[in-house]
Amino acid sequence: MRLSQGAPGAKVLAFGGYQPADVVTNEDLAKRIETSDEWIQSRVGIKERRVAGPQESEIDLAVQAGGKALAASGLAAGDIDLVIVATCTLEAQIPNAAARVAHRLGIAAPGAFDINAACAGFCYALSAASDAVRTGSATNVLVIGTEKLSQWIDWDNRAVSVIFADGAGAAVVVPSETPGIGPVVWGSAGDKSDAIAIKDRASFLEQEGQTVFRWATTALHPVAQLACERAGVDPAELAAFVPHQANLRIIEAIARKLGADNAVIAKDIVLAGNTSAASIPLALSRMIERGEVPSGGLALLLGFGAGLTYASQVVEIP
Amino acid sequence: MALTEQEILAGLGKIVNEITGIPAAEVTPEKNFVDDLDIDSLSMVEIAVAAQDEFGVEIPDDQLKHLKTVKDVINFIQA
Repeated sequence: MRLSQGAPGAKVLAFGGYQPADVVTNEDLAKRIETSDEWIQSRVGIKERRVAGPQESEIDLAVQAGGKALAASGLAAGDIDLVIVATCTLEAQIPNAAARVAHRLGIAAPGAFDINAACAGFCYALSAASDAVRTGSATNVLVIGTEKLSQWIDWDNRAVSVIFADGAGAAVVVPSETPGIGPVVWGSAGDKSDAIAIKDRASFLEQEGQTVFRWATTALHPVAQLACERAGVDPAELAAFVPHQANLRIIEAIARKLGADNAVIAKDIVLAGNTSAASIPLALSRMIERGEVPSGGLALLLGFGAGLTYASQVVEIP
Repeated sequence: MALTEQEILAGLGKIVNEITGIPAAEVTPEKNFVDDLDIDSLSMVEIAVAAQDEFGVEIPDDQLKHLKTVKDVINFIQA
């Protein structure tokens, strides 16, 4: 038996993001539930979020984001031989999302699988893509985080309805002579599995806000620091810090403790809400579009969420 | 040796000031965190975590919700 030969490294060639058209403002929510713009902004930092209508599925969102990343990469659909979709909000559990999204994008017969690590899913999927390229299991990989959280939310429950939203983000991962995706640091805390959950098919998403807040603001900055250390990067060298867009206060608390003094901190949550596995590529694609981060600079990604799960790695910005 | 009420109060005043910007002098035993100091539930978690680092006493979330006043927190730390 022989082993396949991969590339010395892998890198992200392009990112892409997509949000559905319908905007839901804090004022819109305040008409339905006991809340206010001031309350929502002070607790979670969100001004508005996007929600997909009944005609637009999480598969449609993924196709849009994946298509944009593919177009930005300059590669053709036929160049992709592996598609990985990170999602935790699929309406239909069978078949998986990756094969359907690949077919819609005209990608013929790629390897296709989904990853569920909730809001950490994109970082897990990016790590799997990088490893596939480096071992030779795949050449060019399309990685997509997509979520339609709106279909799992009780819009009368203000503990969650003010936070979550819909969207998708994607990355094209290709071989590289030099490392463009650093070693992943990942893990989980299954003792806190009840903290964020959809308990069964008849239930909506529920979250123990204080438990998650305490965990996120105390347990995650060491993970982010370790991801920098394993990549041989000082946090002060980072051009961008792109944590999962969970809550602006969590983002700011982790950023303070990280010591990424020269980095642009992603605050996409303000206009996008919490889009789970989509939030990191969606945020970074928009930062690149706006010219906020330099091509060739280093970005630290940090995903964390239900499970509880977490994953972090340094990537070179395309 | 157990900390005195004054020592804990001084430490809490410093913690509350660092997290919320409220002057430490306003943090007095009879004050209610929510009604008097306008501190929300997430800031209370940050205060509990900082208090654990300062005083070595863990305040779990299920206990935290019962601690309404500054005096309640002092009593919990002393107990």
